[in-house]
Amino acid sequence: MIDMKNDYRSRNHSGWWAFLVHRLSGLALALFLPLHFWALGQALHGEAALDGFLRWAERPPVKFAEWILVLLLAAHLGGGVRLLMLEFLPWREWHKTLLACAAAVAIAAGLAFALAL
Amino acid sequence: MKRADDRRFPHNTASRIPRSPMSTLEVHVWRGGASGEFRRYEVPRQEHQTVLDVVTFIQRRLDPGLAYRFACRVGMCGSCAMTVNGVARWTCRTHVSKVARNGGLEIAPLRNLPVIRDLVCDMREFFDKWARARGQFAPTKTRRDEFATVLPSSAARREADAAIECIGCAVCYSSCDVVAWNPNYLGPAALNRAWTLVNDVRDGARGERLEALAGDAGCHACHTHMSCTERCPKRLAPTASIAGLKRATLAAVLKGEL
Amino acid sequence: MSAARRETLLWFAQRASAAVLALCVVVHLITIVYAVRGGLSAAEILGRAHGSGGWIAFYALFVLAVSVHAPIGLRAIAIEWLGWRGASRDWVVLAMAAALAIAGLRAAWAVFA
Repeated sequence: MIDMKNDYRSRNHSGWWAFLVHRLSGLALALFLPLHFWALGQALHGEAALDGFLRWAERPPVKFAEWILVLLLAAHLGGGVRLLMLEFLPWREWHKTLLACAAAVAIAAGLAFALAL
Repeated sequence: MKRADDRRFPHNTASRIPRSPMSTLEVHVWRGGASGEFRRYEVPRQEHQTVLDVVTFIQRRLDPGLAYRFACRVGMCGSCAMTVNGVARWTCRTHVSKVARNGGLEIAPLRNLPVIRDLVCDMREFFDKWARARGQFAPTKTRRDEFATVLPSSAARREADAAIECIGCAVCYSSCDVVAWNPNYLGPAALNRAWTLVNDVRDGARGERLEALAGDAGCHACHTHMSCTERCPKRLAPTASIAGLKRATLAAVLKGEL
Repeated sequence: MSAARRETLLWFAQRASAAVLALCVVVHLITIVYAVRGGLSAAEILGRAHGSGGWIAFYALFVLAVSVHAPIGLRAIAIEWLGWRGASRDWVVLAMAAALAIAGLRAAWAVFA
């Protein structure tokens, strides 16, 4: 017999959103990493090769994608530290507070990157 | 024609409040088994009405073929757990005024469990997983031994007491998406119970229990969604218990016991 | 190795590498924001980085931690969202870990050596 499954109505709470952001950001970063390592590896072919890539990366759509990646990295960091605290420290009713802190870290990192450009 | 139960279902339960025009509730109820459909009923709206009152009205007045479970109807037994507007709840403790969407309700059986018929689900897997997680006390003493002395204020007993009030209603299990994604996952209730026993100093099966609950689809499959903690009608925190189990299994591995 | 021991060790490796990464990522984010000011150029980056023993050690550690952390995370996604049961999944995950480590260490060498 097929079991009935949950939908968005039961998932609409902060812990679920925290999980989704954490998983999707991790997945995106994991998919990005090979590209990142390849791009940096271009330096093996000399400065010009790396410069060629960086020139391409100056284009606005790429810069925007970089900013998104910085946001995702900071979000994954914040969410991850939150999980480490929830799993290793004595239990407290602070999962929502920790989520707020994680979101603040992500926003701060995003702002810092955008302002530095 | 006057019916015997008209006094039990009057149009206006609070006689001191002036009679307002009677409104109705549009209720969609799952009928069938694994395949079926939501059938629409119109139920008179009452001043203080629970979802269980609504289901009971439908079965007694509109459609006697409706199958559903309940027992105490006062929030003690957990038998009346169902999915109301997509969220697992105890229907006897859910006021219609709190959950009705645009004057309507959608009532379905609990998720993640096979549907027997209408609002009744098959709870066997829920309790089988309880057993698989070694959620049973393993005694080490007999009646001829001294009583065990367990200080309620001790750290271990406080951990156990924080999780002990579970009555096995399956709301947490129904709310957990890891259960849906990984059918072998033991689930929050079974793991929560196992945690109370891991913290029970009288218990003699710690090693086997940690082995049982740390396997594939064990406590490490929990990703701290916290749907269980969010929905538990007894306000327990299975997430906390599972975090404790993660630490306990790590300690056991580092000590060479697991 | 029993399933219980394996799952516990995978979980622990995931969390331990997460702790290492928390520190590495904070440093990395600060470095990125600092370096990106006024635009990036290869000359700038490589000029600072070449021959830096401290940085290569840092990034080698970063790469190894991520090579442990990311594949274990992907393994959970494979089990839960792809329904990938069976031993082949874990071999693929192990291969990903090796590939990340090799590509990452190569990149660190490229920039800092």
